[in-house]
Amino acid sequence: MFFNEEFETLPRPALEALQLKRLQTVLERVYASVPFYKASFDRAGIKPADVASLADLQRLPFTTKQDMRDAYPYGLFAAPMEDIVRIHASSGTTGKPTVVGYTQRDIETWTDLMARSLAAAGVHRGDIIHNAYGYGLFTGGLGAHYGAERLGASVIPISGGNTKRQIMIMKDFGSTVLTCTPSYSLFMAEAAREEGVDFRNLKLRVGIFGAEPWSEAMRGEIEEKLNLAAIDIYGLSEIMGPGVAIECIEAKHGLHIWEDHFLPEIIDPETGMWVAPGEKGELVITTITKQGIPLIRYRTRDITSLSYEPCPCGRTHARIARMSGRSDDMLIIRGVNVFPSQIEAILVGIEGVEPHYLLIVDRKDNLDTLEVQVEVDERLFSDEVKVLQGLAKRIEKEIKDMLGVTCTAKLVEPRTIARSEGKAKRVIDNRQLV
Amino acid sequence: MKVEQISVFIENKSGRLAEVTRLLGDAGVNIRALSLADTSDFGILRLIVNDREKAKTVLKENGFTVSKTEVVAVEVPDRPGGLSQILQTLDSNSINVEYMYAFVERCGENAVIIFRFDETDKAIQALQDKGFTVLAGERLYSM
Repeated sequence: MFFNEEFETLPRPALEALQLKRLQTVLERVYASVPFYKASFDRAGIKPADVASLADLQRLPFTTKQDMRDAYPYGLFAAPMEDIVRIHASSGTTGKPTVVGYTQRDIETWTDLMARSLAAAGVHRGDIIHNAYGYGLFTGGLGAHYGAERLGASVIPISGGNTKRQIMIMKDFGSTVLTCTPSYSLFMAEAAREEGVDFRNLKLRVGIFGAEPWSEAMRGEIEEKLNLAAIDIYGLSEIMGPGVAIECIEAKHGLHIWEDHFLPEIIDPETGMWVAPGEKGELVITTITKQGIPLIRYRTRDITSLSYEPCPCGRTHARIARMSGRSDDMLIIRGVNVFPSQIEAILVGIEGVEPHYLLIVDRKDNLDTLEVQVEVDERLFSDEVKVLQGLAKRIEKEIKDMLGVTCTAKLVEPRTIARSEGKAKRVIDNRQLV
Repeated sequence: MKVEQISVFIENKSGRLAEVTRLLGDAGVNIRALSLADTSDFGILRLIVNDREKAKTVLKENGFTVSKTEVVAVEVPDRPGGLSQILQTLDSNSINVEYMYAFVERCGENAVIIFRFDETDKAIQALQDKGFTVLAGERLYSM
């Protein structure tokens, strides 16, 4: 089902003409209003007027998450603060999060695109949407909420947590659509089983899952356990939030990226050059309609491929493959972004802790787990049990406070964490996601 | 009047304790007393040995985290109530016992208990004032 049939099925030549026009407009705009872009374009020796085709995009410099951090909080905003009506920030980062601002028109666009995404997943007026994405600085909750309302569906803003109550409400309110992270959906299924609630007796028809990587195998498990069609959605706060791309219910094969607003490229993360069509690489997105914080060639660090094959659903927008990894070391643990360097910074901050550590990520009972192993050297060691246990508790607490992720700290003997050529392996991810 | 104890961090996995005792045995270090405090994840092995420097060196060389701690060895009359009198003395002086364990050898007619106090000097003074015998380290290592 279409929400905006004209734009969703725009023939490629017309779509590309629109993209170029919008790209040229946004380039002029950021060059004039954001000092960062003026400086970076000047360094690259390119002016907005030099971009005469979509292929010229390759000549523009990239924008990275670090650029956003350096510009903290508002340095990359292209609209005056009087025009910003909403501020979100990326979840779970120490020190400086990445901050994004939306003008009223940006919110309208996001709402429309989220409504478009929900419609593509088969959601319609009359549906009852159980929105278990977190509400707050995280874009998930509010993004899905506004889109659901725009579509004319009934939205239950339940947010995350209190799983027993979630199940009761889902059952009593007759929810037909579930929106949450894929791992939380399986956690719910388990909790429902314990409560004696059978998903086959619920009215759920569609689940829209995102904010963390998942696999085809997991889709099969979710569809079986929750008795619904599981749809993959993609988004990131830097670009907009949820609703950047979504699978259509007709094909469930690749996520349509809304190309009238986002210009996707796939690059080799090492060289920065375009890969051959259809090949895997890092997804780079340029926002071509955003006003608050337009991003030019933003490196998402997500690994995927891009397909322009026609889709049975009739949409002409390219499809990105299910995300198959990251080109950096970022971990997504229960929907929270975690960089090993953040944990290292916390460990250094704890008096005496030499940052010789290992992160072990796993998935138990459908929930991600994080174990932080820390080697106990002489400065940390005590002959008293309570002192060492206190140290482990403190590590757990500081990581929870700073990153918002629950972990268990395990103290290990020195030199038990493998070192290779001077640089230790910092992460073991045992989750079988791809 | 203090005794030097060696403490070793041991991960809770099989063979680690055996490794410590093997290393000490091979180095000719004799263990005079020991206690093991354990949790689900790790243990702390506390040792009184005849040759502290050698023990420390060999364990460190083999990657163990080792520290030295000052503890107190007290002679305890080997009869009912013997230990109780000592603990009452400590309690009336508001001294906390972090942990304690028994020494293997007897000292004449008396048993020997190793104590770790929160205030070591104050504890020694209080015990001696009450007439208890606090053993010097040198005597203990060679017992």
